[in-house]
Amino acid sequence: MSQTVTLTIDGRQVQAEAGTTLLEAARSVNIQIPHLCSNEELAPYGACRMCMVEIRQGQRTRLVASCIYEVEEGLEVQTVTERVLNVRRLVIELLLARNPTHPTLLKMAADLGIEKTRFEVEVKGCILCGLCVRTCREVVGVSAIGFEGRGTSRRVTTPFNEAPPDCIACGACATVCPVGVIPLKDKAGIRTIWKTDYPLQRCESCGRIIAPVKQLEYFAKITNQPLSHFTEHCVHCR
Amino acid sequence: MKKIKSAAELNALQEELNARLDPNKPCIAICCGTGCMAHGTRNLVERFQQELADRQLTEKISLRRTGCHGFCERGPMVVLHPQKIFYQRIKVDDVPEIIDKTILGEEIIDRLLYRDPVTKEKVVHEYEVPFYKKQMRLVFGMNGMIEPTRIEDYLAIGGYGALAKVLTQGDPQAVIDDISAAGLRGRGGGGFPTGRKWNATRKAEGSPKYVICNADEGDPGAYMDRSLLEGNPHSVLEGMIIGAYAIGSSHGYIYVRNEYPLAVENITLAIDKAREMGLLGQDILGSGFDFDIVINRGGGAFVCGESSALFASIEGRAGEPRAKYVHATDKGLYDKPTCLNNVETWANVPLIINKGAQWYAGIGTEHSKGTKIFSLVGKINNTGLVEVPMGITLREIVFEIGGGIPKGRKFKAVQTGGPSGGCIPEAHLDIPVDFDELSKLGTMMGSGGMIVMDERNCMVDVAKYFLKFLEEESCGKCTPCREGIYQMRKILDRITNGEGKLEDLDTLEWMGQAIKDGSLCALGGSAPNPVLTTLRYFRSEYEAHIIDKKCPAGVCKALITYGIDPDKCTGCHACARVCPTGAATGEKKEVHQIDQEKCIKCGACYEACKFDAITIV
Repeated sequence: MSQTVTLTIDGRQVQAEAGTTLLEAARSVNIQIPHLCSNEELAPYGACRMCMVEIRQGQRTRLVASCIYEVEEGLEVQTVTERVLNVRRLVIELLLARNPTHPTLLKMAADLGIEKTRFEVEVKGCILCGLCVRTCREVVGVSAIGFEGRGTSRRVTTPFNEAPPDCIACGACATVCPVGVIPLKDKAGIRTIWKTDYPLQRCESCGRIIAPVKQLEYFAKITNQPLSHFTEHCVHCR
Repeated sequence: MKKIKSAAELNALQEELNARLDPNKPCIAICCGTGCMAHGTRNLVERFQQELADRQLTEKISLRRTGCHGFCERGPMVVLHPQKIFYQRIKVDDVPEIIDKTILGEEIIDRLLYRDPVTKEKVVHEYEVPFYKKQMRLVFGMNGMIEPTRIEDYLAIGGYGALAKVLTQGDPQAVIDDISAAGLRGRGGGGFPTGRKWNATRKAEGSPKYVICNADEGDPGAYMDRSLLEGNPHSVLEGMIIGAYAIGSSHGYIYVRNEYPLAVENITLAIDKAREMGLLGQDILGSGFDFDIVINRGGGAFVCGESSALFASIEGRAGEPRAKYVHATDKGLYDKPTCLNNVETWANVPLIINKGAQWYAGIGTEHSKGTKIFSLVGKINNTGLVEVPMGITLREIVFEIGGGIPKGRKFKAVQTGGPSGGCIPEAHLDIPVDFDELSKLGTMMGSGGMIVMDERNCMVDVAKYFLKFLEEESCGKCTPCREGIYQMRKILDRITNGEGKLEDLDTLEWMGQAIKDGSLCALGGSAPNPVLTTLRYFRSEYEAHIIDKKCPAGVCKALITYGIDPDKCTGCHACARVCPTGAATGEKKEVHQIDQEKCIKCGACYEACKFDAITIV
């Protein structure tokens, strides 16, 4: 049986199971901490730094990423302090310099009293939260995309910038992207993603589109079922 | 050599090897450290070998190719034992004379002696050289006494005796208690108490446990770990084996930059030799304790010196840090308890075991014990590696050991702690070198880089240089470090181009604090330090760039104009000869001019003029 821990978040007593992150514990009592790179389906990553909170340990306080830091008995957490807000303000302004127009970022900025970034804008779109890369690896399980470069040259790409050999065209990366910068297009029985065309499978019974052929082949492989198991009927005519 | 099966056998071998050392036998110790190698020491060694062979003296006079002696400024250098005569800036053609006159004839060659720039007197012996006099070379000093490729040399001076001692005593906890009592703190930068780290790893649950030596030294201008690995690899190994025994680990790694080929070569050889002799591997010295070490060569990313990024790199992933809310001592490499220490920390261990915790704790300040090796570089007369007791003042290091600033220029700042350390001005030079004192000034001990700057260094430019380095070395994972350092650097670019605004300084300070607070690892967590400390101590220089559009040090190209002082110009034509665009012109023996239209502000004329006639406005 797992152990229950009692801690204080913004002055409120909160009970949470050991192993819960501060972000989850806060959410359980409806204290919302802004975050961009955290997703409950993925392992904690702690890269965007929007979810920073201030914790007190004895006389000392320090900032930690609430998406990683786990609850501790008696821990005092403040989710809104001047230090915390300064980090969030900086982070959102820095991200707006890469993507000055996306509503999600603009809303987060507005919540912090920021209309626009003071930094020089160089539009890149992607905010490098890594949700796509981690979803592809941890949820889909194919690692078709990854990061290249370091520092400001870091970007998400396919191996050697070519058609990704392991991609199953499932589109999870595009779906999870918080700023919608991964292009995905379905047209005339073809899905285009990562600059590559993938044929879409039609239901053998009703003719509706089910999913990319490569995705169904991947399902067949990991479930050890014949491909026909996934192509004979679709969710609509099963 | 055959395997040593017990501490007693080791002792006997040490004594035998030591007895073979004839203290009166002439020995030529040639520094073969990286600095001297770059000066052409290889040719010097060959010439010595040749000349000794020609005179049939190879049996009578020994030649020792040692690691770095530290005084890199004066290389190539030799020390002639037993008198310890110190010759510096030696050329290949000096070799026959050294053998004939000094070694065979006991005559000192005056021109090869070191001349003290302060007293103008020639110094004969190594121990009288002011550069060495104030040092306390406990860890680094052994470099001059051994050939790093010969385990026999290390054994002869008592090497692996500390290991034998702890294995004989058979009490791992006592070893940790000793290290704790000695007050040893991590030399890699953080200054974490080593004993506490060992203890935590020993107590942690999980198996196997790993012991790692961090040799991913990457600070610009720093080479102390490199010189230890190159010059005395067995001391690092011995420290690691003792640590592994104390912690209860049988797996070790040395993570070393592949850009350090000689360090890789020497440590690889040292591991092979130690294993061959039963000092590494299974059943070390017949004690039943097993421990072996694997070398992992790093690709040179600065961030891989950060422990969690280093683990990722060993595990075969990209070198990106992760949050360290769970300590590496509980979950480090492969999520197993891991004790990671820096090269210099490991090299201190045998010393503490041999001489005792009490003795060690007697050196240094209240909370910083022992010695620290610094690489003293930049605008300093005596460039090199120095080992000093903790508590010595920065002034003593810069002016007494370092010999002050070249060309009689004025000292401006010293940067400690590598690229993410801070710049300390003259007013604070009397503070003792101590982990806590340095951090109070906004800088840190770091791994031991010490860069000296003079009046011709622009502090804004210096801050920009280090930010640029860190911007390129940021792994790019977290936003504040990746984007924040980049944007800070862009603001500094604007300031040095004369386009800065006064509010930029507030923005820089605000960003600096938020980046320190918000970054994932210590790289971002300390990256703003050069900017924050220069703003703290040299704010007027920033303001001069912004308000007056001037660079007081005459460095920032956009803000300076080169001119010629007609009173000082002798018409020597040196400026015109080096000017790449033909901007500097004039008839010989007439006052020269600079055509501002053509001038690209490369500064070649400024460097070339011997009469200080080139002005910077």
